[in-house]
Amino acid sequence: MSMQRKAVALISGGLDSMLAAKTVMEQGVHVEGINFFTGFCVEGHTHAIRERGKAKLKRNNSLWVAEQLGIKLHIVDVIEDYKNVLINPRHGYGAHMNPCLDCKIFMVKKARQWIAENGFDFIITGEVIGQRPMSQRKATMPIVARESGADDLLLRPLCARNLPATLPEREGWVDREKLHAITGRSRKPQMEMAEQFGFDDYAQPAGGCCFLTDASYSSKLVDLWKAREDNKDYDLDDVMLLKVGRHIRPQQNFKLIVAREEGEGRFLQGYKKDFISMNSVSHSGPLVLVDGSPSAEDLYLAASITARYGQGRDAEQVDINIMSKDGSERTIQVKPLLAENMPQAWFI
Amino acid sequence: MNKEVLNARRLLCPLPVIRTQDKVKQLQVGDQLEVICTDPGVMQDIPAWCRINGHKVLETISADNEYIVILEVG
Ligand code: SF4
Repeated sequence: MSMQRKAVALISGGLDSMLAAKTVMEQGVHVEGINFFTGFCVEGHTHAIRERGKAKLKRNNSLWVAEQLGIKLHIVDVIEDYKNVLINPRHGYGAHMNPCLDCKIFMVKKARQWIAENGFDFIITGEVIGQRPMSQRKATMPIVARESGADDLLLRPLCARNLPATLPEREGWVDREKLHAITGRSRKPQMEMAEQFGFDDYAQPAGGCCFLTDASYSSKLVDLWKAREDNKDYDLDDVMLLKVGRHIRPQQNFKLIVAREEGEGRFLQGYKKDFISMNSVSHSGPLVLVDGSPSAEDLYLAASITARYGQGRDAEQVDINIMSKDGSERTIQVKPLLAENMPQAWFI
Repeated sequence: MNKEVLNARRLLCPLPVIRTQDKVKQLQVGDQLEVICTDPGVMQDIPAWCRINGHKVLETISADNEYIVILEVG
């Protein structure tokens, strides 16, 4: 009897990688999933930020996919290693700050290391030729295979028949004839396959699998780097705070993060030791964090903006409590800033 | 049988799941792990992770803005 081959499938939580894994499982290959956590993934992070009780807890789609497929899932923290991908992408960025091609190469390379360490035979991805304008084109397929070092151990079951045969096909570990030849942006073939396999309720991310494809998130990231004089290093807290609140930068040396609802306010509370924070005490209003190095005058401006976002926005005077990082507090009186005195350019 | 505690407070999903996974790798079948978190998402994600990887959730507790999952390594 021939030995059962083992493959690891890159699971993003979307439909394509799910179908790719299933296609290979159907051929009797043992498949396990791997998911890389870069810090920017749409999965997760949002539970704690959203208002508790109101929103239904969002499932983690990668775990959900693995459960539907009945396979193990290995989630790998790549936050540190990913920095270099985001900061110096050899192949550049997509429409926003998404370095998709470099990201693919990075993930396949990680998977290549993983199979070597864990005694697996090959790698599966859900890539489809022509699916994404930057990272999934006919020309990028060999680039990912080559630059990741995976070469012909990388199988794309959804479009394999449009590509040269890989080792698993040539060795007969999988039957090439039973793989697919999907091309283009249409989702129809995938939806038909999903129906055949009985998958419904799968996630359909619009842009991509991470926040870097989001215009507003990307501009906040670019703003952060600019404010730090092009020091592009970041940590996980930076990445998370860009997902939360309204970001307002009146001047280069400081910005405000204004909670938009209670859940965000609660989340921002956890950062009071790391930032100067403000809130209105004479009226109800949101918690505001001040990032950067504001002068005393800047703090006055920040306080009048804070007042503008509370119930006292039309009052003559609002009391704003300012808390330093060391916990010391003082209260100042300000007149809320009028909307017309807040230029659009302040909103990041 | 060993009983261990993992502090995953302040971490947001999927980090508590990743820390749980890495900790479980060091444990033996039958050992118990208590994971203490502040992200309510773990109440869904850690049990899902346990189901697909063959571990058993013994108890989930939510109290004082903390969420605790006790699991047995399978
Ligand atoms: S959308 Fe994000 S995670 Fe997905 S390939 Fe692009 S950069 Fe990577």
